[in-house]
This record gives sequence, structure tokens and C-alpha cells, in this order.
Amino acid sequence: MSSTTLGMILFLTFVAATLGITYWASRQTKTAADYYAGGRSFSGVQNGLAIGGDYMSAASFLGIAGIIALSGYDGFLYSIGFLVAWLVALLLVAELMRNSGKFTMADVLAFRMSPRPVRTAAGVSTIVVSIFYLLAQMVGAGALVGLLLGITGEAAKAWTIVGVGALMIVYVVFGGMKGTTWVQIVKAVLLMGGAALVTVLVLGKFGFNLSALLGQAASVSGPEANPQSFLSPGLKYGTEAQGLAGKIDLISLGLALVLGTAGLPHILIRFYTVPTAKDARKSVLWGIGIIGVFYLLTLVLGFGAAALVGREAIAAGDAAGNTAAPMLAQAIGQEIFGDVGGTLLLALIGSVAFATILAVVAGLTLASSSSFAHDLYAHVFKRGQASERQEVVVARISALVIGAVAIGLGILAQGQNVAFLVALAFAVAASGNLPAILYSLFWKRFNTAGAVAAIYGGLVSALLLVIFSPVVSGGPTALFKTADFAWFPLSNPGIVSIPLGFLCGWIGTVLSKEYNAAKYAEIEVRSLTGVGAEKASEH
Amino acid sequence: MTTKEHDASVYEHMQESSEFQDLKRRFRRWTFPMTVAFLAWYLLYVLLSGWARGFMAVELVGHINIGLVLGLLQFVSTFLIAWAYSRHAEKKLDPIADKLRHQVEEKTK
Repeated sequence: MSSTTLGMILFLTFVAATLGITYWASRQTKTAADYYAGGRSFSGVQNGLAIGGDYMSAASFLGIAGIIALSGYDGFLYSIGFLVAWLVALLLVAELMRNSGKFTMADVLAFRMSPRPVRTAAGVSTIVVSIFYLLAQMVGAGALVGLLLGITGEAAKAWTIVGVGALMIVYVVFGGMKGTTWVQIVKAVLLMGGAALVTVLVLGKFGFNLSALLGQAASVSGPEANPQSFLSPGLKYGTEAQGLAGKIDLISLGLALVLGTAGLPHILIRFYTVPTAKDARKSVLWGIGIIGVFYLLTLVLGFGAAALVGREAIAAGDAAGNTAAPMLAQAIGQEIFGDVGGTLLLALIGSVAFATILAVVAGLTLASSSSFAHDLYAHVFKRGQASERQEVVVARISALVIGAVAIGLGILAQGQNVAFLVALAFAVAASGNLPAILYSLFWKRFNTAGAVAAIYGGLVSALLLVIFSPVVSGGPTALFKTADFAWFPLSNPGIVSIPLGFLCGWIGTVLSKEYNAAKYAEIEVRSLTGVGAEKASEH
Repeated sequence: MTTKEHDASVYEHMQESSEFQDLKRRFRRWTFPMTVAFLAWYLLYVLLSGWARGFMAVELVGHINIGLVLGLLQFVSTFLIAWAYSRHAEKKLDPIADKLRHQVEEKTK
């Protein structure tokens, strides 16, 4: 049996199991709290796994392993930013948000502000961030199928995107948060298991001597002139050739990674799926443990691929290195267990990668459709007069529409270099959402004008700076290769747009006289003590 | 409308109470400096990766260099801070928060 057939069987088993879960979840989903927040009845451990499932995207599994395999140490910089970011979420956001919000990020912001402008801004920002992230994953899915299943041609890639999109719509529309959370949990367990298995095999081959693994990685895949430079920073980000701008770009990327996580809408709504703030804390603790261990595994996978498969073979498979992990699985399996082992491990890692993409896109679709229905439809269009039932119907329809839009855009963007969209989503989240969230939780004087200014200021500045960056025009790797309107030298806008978002929030606030002492007292007391926090629903 | 006004005054009353101020202080005094500390430590690591590459490349044991050790220490510090926060919250914050929550819930019933 070929690895393609076996991979398909494993993947279809995952699909069948998750569809079963979705069917079960759909029968349990009755109220708005069920649909948006899974009835708030997940335990801390379950939600911790789901946080890992939502966060460990194909970009971090295949992408980081690929960057390490091709450029060595620099891939590690990415995973560190992604991990440390969780401390912001744990210390400043998770519990307070669970205590003061209901279904979406905007609930916290709208608490003491004029609801319509704030919800509009937060809804727009949620949808923009989620769609960027979603698009990057969809295009990645199309590219991955070609590489893993050996299928070439635009039509096959387009059909893959349609298939992934259709499944994600089914999970979200029928399963709601309950179904989606279980899909994340199953995926997190599979991903951790698969990555751990390959890691142990790779380390075992080197007698569990990390230094020996690194040495071979450098000598096989390092630059000829100086192989050891493969093991220290500087081959990809802020290379000496890029000069000062490249190094500032590195800091800019680091800032967006570390501050973006606590502003990502699909991560924030995870805190609502548990019964209390203490469970939210516990789930982030579990999330940090799982994600941290996972990034340590990708470190071994990346250097393992560099040592055992080699930079050249990996780059030939995919210029961005996305196939490093699957190729490593095949190589190590073959070496230890023969041909059957290679086939088996490749099939396993390939199907885990698909499960990963599927789960992440479902989480993003849920976040954006929830915000559309709860913030824009129920509170802005209907001014809070929509019934729960209407709201959930609209949420389901918008999940369908957003899913269809993502499929369409994913097919159109096929073959484009859209990897920058993930970094851009983090930059927008850090520049617009994070200032608004932190100010509303901690700054007494903060008001509607400030919230609106922070969100739009951060969102628009991050977008504009990227449009005028080398990512979009003026270079061989740019989106538009022939045009050149790149006057902003950095690919990552964070170092400018994050301070600008905070500044806009401050200016907006002091320019407006609005201040509601009673409402501030209420959100402060509620967020710290949990008074009046939404309860888990009874089943 | 009367219940809302009643609620609001309960919250403002609670906000002014010394016990709540104590809870708020305990929360902020731990989380704010710690946030500054881990962000500074992370930024230092990124700066070293950009401007101190010779230093990062110094090998300590075999092929394991300072850059790798510093990166792994970021993992260790993240795990330790997360663990320390949960202990702080359980011991110093949760008991007061629970007590104040019951008080407010009694009054707003």
C-alpha cells in the first residue's frame, strides 16, 4: 500500500470521527451559550488541549520545522515569541476577560462604552484578523496536498481547498463551539503524539545526544563557508546583508509575535468555554505546557530534518520548507523500520498535518462568525433586540458565508506567497485589539472614543504599512513583483503600529469627556472577583 | 431601572472598600512588574539575536551554544512564571476574590 493511500485512510478516519463528534455536539447545542461557548462546561484540561489545538497551526508545525530545517536557529526565534506571548494572556487577560465578557472580544470592550461604535470596530477587527489567518491556512492546505499526496495541478489544489472549507463549515455550523472544541482536542492529542513519536525516533538515532544531532545538522545543511552559523541566529531574519533595517524588522516581528496572541479573537473566545475564571487560568497553564513542549519537539524535528534529509532535498520539495517534517518522518521511519515504516510514518504525519489545518480553520471561522452575529447583527443592526434564536441562526449563516468567502479567496490566492498573512494577523491583533483590551480592563479613564481610535488606529496603520512594505511590492518575492511602491522598509509593521495603536487609544480617550465611574467600578469589581460572571449552562 | 442603580452603588461601594483595594493591589503588584520583566527578558533575547551573534555562537558543550541555551531558558522562564502566577493567584488572590464575590452576591440578590 502506498503512503498516499494509507495517509488518505488515516485522514478519512479522522474526518469520520470528527463528523461523529460534530453530530453529537449538534444535538447538545440548543442555546446561544451552547453555540458560542460550548455551554461553558469544558474543564480546564480540556480547554487547555483545545487552546493548543487552536494555536498549533500548520504554520507552526510545518512552518517552524521548515524554517529550522532550511535556516537553522532562526526558526527557534519564532517559536519563542509564540510561547512567551502566552504569559501576557495568562497574567493580564484570560481570567479578567472570562469574568467580564460573554461570547466575543467585544463584550469586554462594550461593557462600559457606547456599544454600537465599539462593537462595530471590534467586529470589523475580529473578522479582518480571522480572515487573514484563515486565508494563509487555506492556501497552505492547497500547497500541502500537492506535496503530500504527490498531486500536482491547480484543479487538485482548488478541490482540496473546497474540501477543507466544506468540512470546516460543517464543523462550525452544526457543531458550534462544542463540536469545534472537541475537534481541537482530538487534533491536539494526535499532533502531540505524532510529533513526539518522530522526535523520540530522531533523538534515539543520535543516542539522545542533542549536540551530535546539531553537529550533523550543521555539517549537512549549514552554509558551506561557515556550517556552524546554522546553529546561531542570522541566516534568515536580519541577515548581515539586510543591514540595520533587517535587524529592526526582526525586533518588529518579535514584538508582534509576543503581543499578538492575547489579541487574537479565536484565542480569546476560548476563555469563555470554561465555567469559571479559575478554570480559564488552569486552561492557559495547560495550554502553555502543551504548546511549550510542542515547540521543543519542533526544534528537534527541524534540526532532525536538516541532519537526516538535508537542506537541498527539503528546499527541492518546497521552497519554504513546509515538507521538512513529513520528509523527516519518512526518512527516519525507513531507516529504522524499513520501507513499510517510512510509508507508515509519512502517512501518519501527513494526515496529522491535514487534521491540524482543518481544526485551525474551524476555530477561525467560529470566531469570525460569532463576532458577526453577536456584535454586528445582534447589537449593531438590531440594537440588542435580536432573540437568542435569531442570533444563533445568523451565526450559522455567517459561518457558511465566511467559509465560502475563505474558499473563494483561498483558490484565488493559490500559488501566491501569503505566509506574511499570519505575521500580519498577529501585528493587527497586537496593534488594535490588545491596546483596546488592556485599556478597558486597567485604565479607569478609557472611553468609547479611545476604544474606537485604538482599534481602527492599530488596524489601519498595520494594514497600510504592510501595503507599502517590501512584502507587497518592489522585489522578487513580493506579491506584486512588477510594481514598486514600497517606501516602508520593514516587512513587519509591529514596531510602528503597536505603539501607534496604544497612542491612538490614549489620544482618543483624552479628547473625549465621556467617563462613567459607576460602570468602571462594575467592570473592575466583576473582573477581579467574578461577581455576575456568566455561568456554565445546565444540561 | 432601580435594580440597576442599586447594583451600581453596590459595585462602587465594593470598589472603595479596603479589602477590594487590597485585592487589586495584590493582583497588580505581582502581574505588572512581572509583565515588564518577562517582556524585557524576551526583548533582550531578540536584541542579542540581532546584534550579538558572535556571543550567541559561543559553544558551551559540544555544539550547544549560548544562543540555544538562552532560547531554552526562555522556555524555562515561561514555565516558571506561569507556575508562580498560579500559586500566587491561588494563595493570595482567590480567597479574597471568593469572599468579596459572596458579599456582593448577597447584596444584589
